[in-house]
Amino acid sequence: MGLLSKKDTRLILDPLADDNPITIQVLGICSALAITAQLKPSIVMAVSVIFVLGLGNVVISLMRNIIPSKIRIIVQLIVVATLVIIVDQVLKAFAYELSKELSVFIGLIITNCIIMGRFEAFALGNGPWKAFLDGVGNALGYGVILIIVGFFRELLGSGTLFGFKVLGDSVEKTGLYAIGYENNGFMVLPPMALIVVGIIIWVQRSRNSALIEEN
Amino acid sequence: MGLKQNLHTLKMKYKGTKMAPAFNAIHTFLYLPNETTHNGTHIKAADDLKRTMNMVIMSLVPCLLFGIFNAGYQYNVQTGDVTKALSFFSTEFWNFSNFTIGAWKVLPLVVVSYGVGLIVEFIFAVIKGHEVEEGYLVTGMLVPLIVPVDIPLWMLSIAVIFGVVIGKEVFGGTGMNILNPALTIRAFLFFAYPTWMSGDKVWVTGAVDTVGQPDAISGETILGSLAQNNGFGDWSMMDQFLGFIPGSVGETSKLLIIVGALILILSKIGSWRIILSTLAGALSMGLIFNGVVNAGWVTESSKFFGLMNVVFWQHLFIGSILFGAVYMATDPVTASQTNKGKWIYGFLIGFISIMIRVFNPAYPEGVFLAILLMNVFAPTIDHYVLEGNIKKRAKRLKLKTA
Repeated sequence: MGLLSKKDTRLILDPLADDNPITIQVLGICSALAITAQLKPSIVMAVSVIFVLGLGNVVISLMRNIIPSKIRIIVQLIVVATLVIIVDQVLKAFAYELSKELSVFIGLIITNCIIMGRFEAFALGNGPWKAFLDGVGNALGYGVILIIVGFFRELLGSGTLFGFKVLGDSVEKTGLYAIGYENNGFMVLPPMALIVVGIIIWVQRSRNSALIEEN
Repeated sequence: MGLKQNLHTLKMKYKGTKMAPAFNAIHTFLYLPNETTHNGTHIKAADDLKRTMNMVIMSLVPCLLFGIFNAGYQYNVQTGDVTKALSFFSTEFWNFSNFTIGAWKVLPLVVVSYGVGLIVEFIFAVIKGHEVEEGYLVTGMLVPLIVPVDIPLWMLSIAVIFGVVIGKEVFGGTGMNILNPALTIRAFLFFAYPTWMSGDKVWVTGAVDTVGQPDAISGETILGSLAQNNGFGDWSMMDQFLGFIPGSVGETSKLLIIVGALILILSKIGSWRIILSTLAGALSMGLIFNGVVNAGWVTESSKFFGLMNVVFWQHLFIGSILFGAVYMATDPVTASQTNKGKWIYGFLIGFISIMIRVFNPAYPEGVFLAILLMNVFAPTIDHYVLEGNIKKRAKRLKLKTA
């Protein structure tokens, strides 16, 4: 047995696919729509959430026996808020352009349902190591979807990846643009992000029919 | 053994295999299948889904033919090859040169629309293992009529795939869709490739290529010219009614749309309630805007003045409100089902269409947006109409028993 037991591995791997916070639990949709027009902010957002959720889960898990259950939501909020402010300040100090691009959405990590959801559902009832793995796993699952959506939206909407013009220059008509290709302006708009997330959900459920809810 | 018998034998042979639905679709399109009921049915109706659809297509054919001639005519008028047509049967319009230029531009749109759409339908029928649905027959005809004539064919293909898959198949196919697929396709094109769907360069073929040259072609629509406070441009009210104006392929001739509307109403396929109430809604919004102008709240310096100042009944003959009301709003799947609901649904479509037309800064037309919006609300309207009816009857019952 290595570093992770079988149970621990599942804590990390399950949220990546069959228990994905976005496509299965349908949490954290708002930020997935708002900041995925390009790949770079998607990745920064994913990393920020991994940091906040991983550490936050550990902190809550350590305090789980001393938090009075009546005020636990407030305590959780303080923990998230502290971590989010750290992320925000770091971004402002070392990646000012990016932090301007992400604007309020870093601050709004506080309201990301995934975070409060994991605190409530997991960290309050498990030890710090497990809570850490669960937090990182769920944040990774969130990040994977963000990156997939960001990849398609930037590629089809702006014809670039990380700002590199992979499909040619749309103004000077080189590459694909020379034969009449044009960027899809709809991809840049948030409604298309919703449709892309919908298509991911569709593909995932048709590959694994156990995920389809009965009604 | 004739072809019909051969096809039947083949059908029996392939029964239950994966490609059977695709094969059956072609079979029933060509021939009446062998296994129909020959006696013992008590309810007989001639209007099955296929015939209903064919009726709508038939009512669209005049618009399509007119659109073909008009595409060529607009080009020839702009280049000065023909003079303006004065009456509906004028030879300036119905001539061979107009037809060839128009057909060369419009027929590929029809072929791509049907080709791509039916391929998607066939693929989904094979995957889901049910028969191919007829739903695309009408959508495929509507799509070429509601796009600008110069739209690149690959954009149209992508839009058709999007419209059929996201607009219809994900909800379960024909009869289950919330949004009108043809308008979903148009909305996709509008938001994805706005430069090909709006502005003054897309409505007459060739206008994009001649920008900046001495023989440049102006393709401004009447709405575009009104939105810039330039009045009706070069076009008279009669041109608009007969359809000798730039615009999407099939929506220019109000006369032929009215003919189509009569076919749909008389064959009881289109709902006259929806058509009438849509027009009523448009008229009332027009009246409100006229009132605002008359009261002096909006002056000529305002950028909304041009469109607000249009006499209210003229709104019906500008743009595509008539086409939308007759062919789009009446789609039985996406419209309201109750009679009272149809009045509300139609009225709001007309009302919102004119509102968007006047206030949309980027694009002076709103019919397709208004219809899509009301498509979403149609089930809600029906719900409250039903609830109201149930309450009314419950009250009546109480009165009787008390």
